Amino acid sequence: MADQTLNVEGLNCPLPIIKAKKTLKGMEAGQTLEVRSTDPGSVADFAAFCNQTGNSLLSSGTEGNIYTFEIKKN
Amino acid sequence: MSDDNKSGGFENAKSMSIIVTKGSLDWAYPPFILGTTAAAMDLEVTMFFTFYGLPLLNKKLDLKMTTLGNPAMKMPMMGMHMAMPNIIAAMPGVDRGATTMMKNLFKKKGVASIEELREAAIESDVRMIACQMTLDLFEMDTKDMIDGIELGGAATYIDVATRSDINLFI
Repeated sequence: MADQTLNVEGLNCPLPIIKAKKTLKGMEAGQTLEVRSTDPGSVADFAAFCNQTGNSLLSSGTEGNIYTFEIKKN
Repeated sequence: MSDDNKSGGFENAKSMSIIVTKGSLDWAYPPFILGTTAAAMDLEVTMFFTFYGLPLLNKKLDLKMTTLGNPAMKMPMMGMHMAMPNIIAAMPGVDRGATTMMKNLFKKKGVASIEELREAAIESDVRMIACQMTLDLFEMDTKDMIDGIELGGAATYIDVATRSDINLFI
């Protein structure tokens, strides 16, 4: 279970990334954030986001038409 | 620089600059989307607003768009995707209709408004520079603009650009 959950269902680029960043900002290093999105573009975008920011993308999956990401703040 | 992004205290030292030259509702999107996203990815971002991009710094935004002269612009209408013939697009009221339709489309598809994106840019410390020459040219006033902007000219931009990893002209 992630420390925090962020629901960005229905939101389009770039809001999922911007809201995730905002949430991560308020979290401690080592904590995990689960993001739930309906934007298919967020699959590539969260990988790129984590690659650039140094946060770890622990998992990336789908539940029906929801894309889920688990990010560990570093 | 190490490729090991997993180490603690990782900071992205990269930077990006964008020259913002267009102020229509549709063309206001690319610079603000890229600027806010780069800032979210820890890049240091500078946006230089010049010519028709400068009014995007006004406190009150009243962005409009036109389909005139844009054959690539097809909007979903009545179950189809329709482009507007220029002779119709030039008629009074058509731009207003297209603007309303586009704003509704953004809302329906969960796309942020320009106001929201600009707010996100301010929150993430994006540096915004207003072109002094454009201010003079169009007799605009920084009193009507949002707080926190800087004034500068071409040399100011070039100085930023020489130190940026990514430089975009939009």
